[in-house]
Order: sequence, then structure tokens, then C-alpha cells
Amino acid sequence: MAMLQVNDIHSYYGHIHALKGISLTVDKGEIVTLIGANGAGKTTTLKTISGTMHPRHGAITLDGEHIEGLPPHAIVMRGIGQSPEGRKIFGALTVQENLEMGAYARTDKPAIARDLDFVFTLFPRLAERKFQLGGTLSGGEQQMLAMGRALMTHPRVLMLDEPSMGLAPVLVEAIFETIQKLNQEGTTILLIEQNAAKALQVAKRGYVIETGQIVLQDTAENLRKSELVRKAYLGEM
Amino acid sequence: MKATSNADLWLAVKIGLIGGIVVVAIALEGMIQAFSPRDIVGGVITMGQTLLLVTLLATAYIAVSRGESHQPMRALVNGAAAGVVVNCLLVVLIWLGAFLPLGAMFLNATPQLYDLLTLGLGPLTGTLFLLIAGLVVGAIAALIYLLPPQVRRAVLIALTTVLLMGVLQDLVTVTLSNFDAFTPITKFLYAQNGLSIAGALTILIAVGVASYLWSQKSAQVQARIDRLPPTRQRALRWTSILISIAILLLLPKILGLYLSEVLDNVGLYLLMGLGLNIVVGFAGLLDLGYVAFFAIGAYTVGVLTSPELGRAIITDSWWLALPFAVIVAVLAGVLLGIPVLRMRGDYLAIVTLGFGEIIRILVGSDFLRHWLGGSQGVLLIAKPEVGPIKIINPPEFYYLFLGGCLLVIFISMRVKNSRLGRAWMAMREDEDVAQAMGIELVATKLMAFGLGASFGGLSGAIFASKLGSVYPHSFNFLVSVNVLSLIIIGGMGSIPGVIVGALALVGLPELLREFAEFRYLFYGAALVVMMLTRPEGLVPEARRRIELEEFREEGGESPPGADAPVLKPAGQP
Ligand SMILES: Nc1ncnc2c1ncn2[C@@H]1O[C@H](COP(=O)(O)OP(=O)(O)OP(=O)(O)O)[C@@H](O)[C@H]1O
Ligand SMILES: [Mg+2]
Repeated sequence: MAMLQVNDIHSYYGHIHALKGISLTVDKGEIVTLIGANGAGKTTTLKTISGTMHPRHGAITLDGEHIEGLPPHAIVMRGIGQSPEGRKIFGALTVQENLEMGAYARTDKPAIARDLDFVFTLFPRLAERKFQLGGTLSGGEQQMLAMGRALMTHPRVLMLDEPSMGLAPVLVEAIFETIQKLNQEGTTILLIEQNAAKALQVAKRGYVIETGQIVLQDTAENLRKSELVRKAYLGEM
Repeated sequence: MKATSNADLWLAVKIGLIGGIVVVAIALEGMIQAFSPRDIVGGVITMGQTLLLVTLLATAYIAVSRGESHQPMRALVNGAAAGVVVNCLLVVLIWLGAFLPLGAMFLNATPQLYDLLTLGLGPLTGTLFLLIAGLVVGAIAALIYLLPPQVRRAVLIALTTVLLMGVLQDLVTVTLSNFDAFTPITKFLYAQNGLSIAGALTILIAVGVASYLWSQKSAQVQARIDRLPPTRQRALRWTSILISIAILLLLPKILGLYLSEVLDNVGLYLLMGLGLNIVVGFAGLLDLGYVAFFAIGAYTVGVLTSPELGRAIITDSWWLALPFAVIVAVLAGVLLGIPVLRMRGDYLAIVTLGFGEIIRILVGSDFLRHWLGGSQGVLLIAKPEVGPIKIINPPEFYYLFLGGCLLVIFISMRVKNSRLGRAWMAMREDEDVAQAMGIELVATKLMAFGLGASFGGLSGAIFASKLGSVYPHSFNFLVSVNVLSLIIIGGMGSIPGVIVGALALVGLPELLREFAEFRYLFYGAALVVMMLTRPEGLVPEARRRIELEEFREEGGESPPGADAPVLKPAGQP
């Protein structure tokens, strides 16, 4: 059975019907990507899963347990971590404090220390800047910090909202390598991206979202070959 | 080179214009007249003249220090120019006043004012005098600026001390008169009205020399302390803490009745300031109705202990009523918190403002008169007793406030560095991300409202008992504004900041009788100046300062570079 299962969710901003029946599944150990244009509803999907928005219809289950009505902190505690869009890190906190904030809901000190070490080995640049303030990091470093902070919640499913946004090509490369590495170490990942080419390289399966609906779903390999994806998202003729 | 010096001169003129407008405003506000009967140095300079002089000096000093070039001649010219411009505006005021009926619009624009401004020299000679005075004082400001830093510091400290000693003449003499040994000193320092000339010179020289010597030696002393072994350092720290506590305990004895009353007021506002600091400073929730919790604490004690309300009293012990005051305030805080959970920023501010007004109107309403006394208030509220001692007078209440403040400071410090404190900090920076970290917003917010309200309830309880009666009009919106102002001036989220803010905004104005009338003018000016020059407050919290710096950098100034601010935990190299 799928680890994370999203079943026909409808979400609204007031009267605006932003998600019109989204269904997707993420299996244990997978990287699944959700790609789509600006305003398609990617972030809204993530917000609905993480509990900052509640769907009007539909169900979300994690390992078979319904989570769609739960408040955000309860969902974090059940194992869904996220790195939000636009790398919203705590600017006035140091790198280390940001990471510790990620472990806010946890009490197992030795495990937290282990995860902190893990994040610092994953991102050596953060280790060098432990005591630097989040707000003074470069864009790429902030993205690493946002990912690291999400990892500190010790998630079973990690959701990343456009981790490559606004980064130079070299850094994009590095971020995707890290995503792959994380996955190899056992983290299940739901990756939201506009950079379809990259996302489909690292993901196993993918979903294409347009104006609040899934229009295509397949293995990453098949998606790369599909007419729609090639024209609309890979910019090929 | 030429370009910068011209630009500097223009800047000096511009700053001079601003200073001049301030001076004219001060004059039209009636401050000069109000301050003129008092002398700072007897027979030499009045308080009104000092006010003008200080503004003039400060303006010229700012003009010089803002300049780009560092040539002494340039500095002198710029300072003098700024000084002349300031007084030019006064001259304009005087001449306008001579021909136009300014008095019809400005109550204080009277011939008497012009006489004060020109030292009674008449418009023509007065004009000449003002311009020359502007020139000379401006140049003096430049000279002070050009002094070596340590000397400059000493001079400024000495001048400030003379000013304070003169302004606070009554307080100093009354306080010193408690001790016979000081009588000759007072006699020497003070004339009938203001400092004596010899006294002023003595203070100037003594303080100047002392602070200069200290600035030479302090680094050495600090180095010696740093070299001490840790156990000795700890001993030293404890000794200084013990001495501070001893001084705090002895203060009412030293200061006498009136100053104890002032300290009580500072304590009252400090308690409220620390409470509001939890809500606004720590949790970032802008609450404009904080007076509500103060009122609730006061009325709870009143209703529980007063025999006035036409029914049997519930208890005659203040101490028994106290926990109820705190609990009721906490409940009110949580009750207010629930409907505003989803609100942020402006909306929250408006709703809380409404809440404060509702409470005030409720306690004053005829409808609840039978229970809360209506506009007549509640009288005969119980006084606290400690063993056989009944706490009645300001010096006795001082100890109650001191105890309360120490407790509340302790709680604030503990909670700030706790898990809850971190959750508040995350929430203050970004509620959505805080949630994504697993922070429970509802509980975290309600804790802030509840804990903040409890301090307000405590201060209200002491207030009610000190006055012995409570009236609705004691709990108006201005109380909330004062408390918020003192936090802003001190530095949001900073506990030492709240203390300094309470001393500066509540303590200082009460020391100056002449000031009472201009109190809110002073608040307003202080807030504007603070926001422009030091938005992080007088004693800012490290983090808050960084947040503001970041904000300024985003505004397009220097990009964060190699010298990016770094916060190291204690004990890290
Ligand atoms: N707070 C909001 N209030 C109203 N409408 C919103 C809000 N947030 C998003 N929307 C709308 O919902 C739709 C989906 O937005 P969403 O942020 O999910 O898009 P997205 O796929 O993440 O886009 P992008 O790639 O630009 O981040 C858009 O039409 C957007 O305008
Ligand atoms: Mg988005």
C-alpha cells in the first residue's frame, strides 16, 4: 500500500476552487515529482497535505491513517516534513538554531544530535556556517538550510517545494544530487518542481498538474517521452 | 574635494533648518515660558535658555558629525552655519511676531516670549545677539566634535551632569537634607535658584576629570578582571549582584517619600511593560488593549476586598485576593486570545484596542454598578499585610513592587530561553514556517496572551491596593500607549530594555515638575526620534537588532559580506 495517499482532494481559497480533485500516491522509498506551470496548484497541494489548508472534499492518508483534518503540527509529528516555497528560513536565527528549530517537536536528544550531524555531512557548507545568521546566507545556502531544517523534523515523507527556484545551474545540479543522495539513504520524497527536466531525471514517477487537476501521470521515463511534457515543460519543439 | 565641502555645508544648513523648526516649535509650545522661572546656574542661565542652548548645540553637533570631510576648518564653518541657521529661524519668529498678530493662532506667541528669546535686548540688538550666539555656539559644538574621543566623552558627560544637577535641584536638595552630613555640600553646590556658579564649575571639573581618568583606566581594570581565575570572577560577579540588591533594598530609605512614589510608578509600569513585552516583544502579537488586564487585576482585588459595594466582603486579605486577580486576568487573556487566533498585525491591534475599551466601559457602566461600582469606582480596598506590618505608604509599597518586578523579570528570563520562548520567536518571524516545524500555534499564542495578562493582573492588584480605590477612568487607552511606548523606546523583546524604558518614560518626567504639561509631547518626540535614529531601542535585544539590520539591508544598502553579523552561543570562541 502507498505510504502517502491523496485521494480526490478539493481545496478552496474563499470562492476560488484551487484544487479540483487531486489524487496522487507516494510509495515508501520513492521520489515522486509534481510538475506544473505557475499557478497550477502545486503549492496548494503541498499546503493541503501539510495541514495549513484543509480540503473541502477528499481524503489524505499516511500509512492508512487519515490526516486530512489534523492541524499542521500533528501532521509534522506523524512524519511529513516540508521545505516551503521561497526558502522561508528564520533570518535572525543562526544556521544551527534554524536546524534546531526543525527538531522543535522532537524530544529524543541523541537522535536529534545524529540528525544534525547528518545534515552537516550532507551540506558541508552549512557546517562551515553554523553560527552565521540565516538571513545573511546566499540563496543557495538558504535553500540547503531550508532542506536541512525539514530533515531535522525526521520526516518519513519529505516534501520539497521548488528547491531549485532562483538558483544558478551549478547549484541546481548540486541540489538535485543531494535529493538523489537523500533518497538513496532511504528518505521518501515528494518533489514539487517547475524544472521538469531535472525533476524527471531524479524521480521515479511523476504527475503533471494543470489548473488544479492532474492531467497526466506515469513513470518519469514515459513522461519525458510524452508529447505534452516535451512541448509544455521541456521546451522542445 | 570641493564638491564634498559644498555638500557638507548644504547638509549643515538643512540640519540647521530642522533644528530651527524644532526650536520655534519649542518656543510656540510654551516651554520656554514654563521653564524660565527656574535657573540651572543661579543668575547665569535659566532652564528655558538651557533648553534652547542644548537644542542649538545638538543641532550643530549633528550637522558637523554628519559631514563627509574631516578638516577642522570645515567642521567649524559647518557648525557655525548650522548654529546661525537655527537662530535665524528664531529671529524670523521674533520679527514676524513684531508685525503680525501671531498670538491669535499661537497662544504662547506673546511679547513676553520674544523678550525671553532676546534676553530683553529688544528686536534689533536681540537679532544681532541671537545670530552671534548661533555662530559661537555652533562653533563650540564643532570644537567639541573635534576633541579627541575620550576628552569629548568626558566633556559631554560633565555638561550633562551639571544640567541634571541643576534641573533636579529640588530632588537633590530634599534627598540630601535627610542626611545632616551633606548640608555643607548642598549649601556649596546650590544657590537659591539653581546651582551656584562655584558649584557648577566644581561639578563640571570634577566629573569631567573623573570620567576622563575612568576612560583611561577602565580598559586596564577590565583586563585585570578578565585575568582573574574563574572562581574569583564568579565571586566578583556575586558581590556586585549582592551590592545591587542591597542598594535596591535601601533605596526608599535614601530617596525619601517623593522619590519612592516615583519609583512605585516606575515599578507599576515595569510590571506592565514586562507583561506586554511577552505578548509584543517575544511573541510578536501587537496588543493595544493591554490596560484591560491591568483593570481586571485591579477590579478583582477591589471587588473581593472592598466592603463598599453594599454587601458582605468576601475577604479582607489582599494576599488572598491576589491569586484571583492573576487568574481572572489570565482567563481574560486566553478569552481574548481565542477570537484573535487567526488575526495578524493591524487587525489584531484593532481588536485588542477594542477589547481594552470594552473593559473600561464595562467597569464604568451603570448596568454593572451594583457589582463594580460604576463611575464611582470601588473604595476601601484592602492593604497587604506582611506579618504584623501593614503596607500603606509609598516606601513600603516599593518593596512590594520590587518583589513583583524581580519575580516577573525572573520568569521572563526563564521563559525567553525555554522551548516556549523559541516557539514564540519562530512564530514572530513566520507563523507558517513555525507550523511546518511542528509548533502548535494555538497553544503557543494563548500562552503568550495568558502569561502577558498575568503580569498585568499582578500590577493591577498592587495598584488597586496602593490607591485603596479604583475608578474606571484610571484605565484608559493612554495606559496601553504608555506601556507600548516604553517597550519600543527600551527595545522590543529586551528585558533590560523594558527596565530602561520604564525609567526613561515614567521615571524621568516625574522628576521634572515643569515637564508634566509636556509629557506627551516628550513621548511623541522621543518615539519619532527613536524610530528615525535607533529603531531597535535603547537597549536592544541582539536578535531584534539583527532583524532590523537585515531589513535595512534589504532596503538596498551594503550587501551582507564577510563581516556579516554572527551570533555565537556563549562559550564558543
Ligand atoms: N492565498 C491565496 N489566496 C487566493 N488565491 C490563491 C492563494 N494562494 C494561491 N492562490 C491561487 O491558487 C492557484 C494555485 O496557486 P499555487 O500557489 O498552488 O500555484 P503553484 O502551482 O504553486 O504556482 P508556482 O509555481 O508559481 O508556485 C493560483 O491560481 C493562485 O492564484
Ligand atoms: Mg508554488
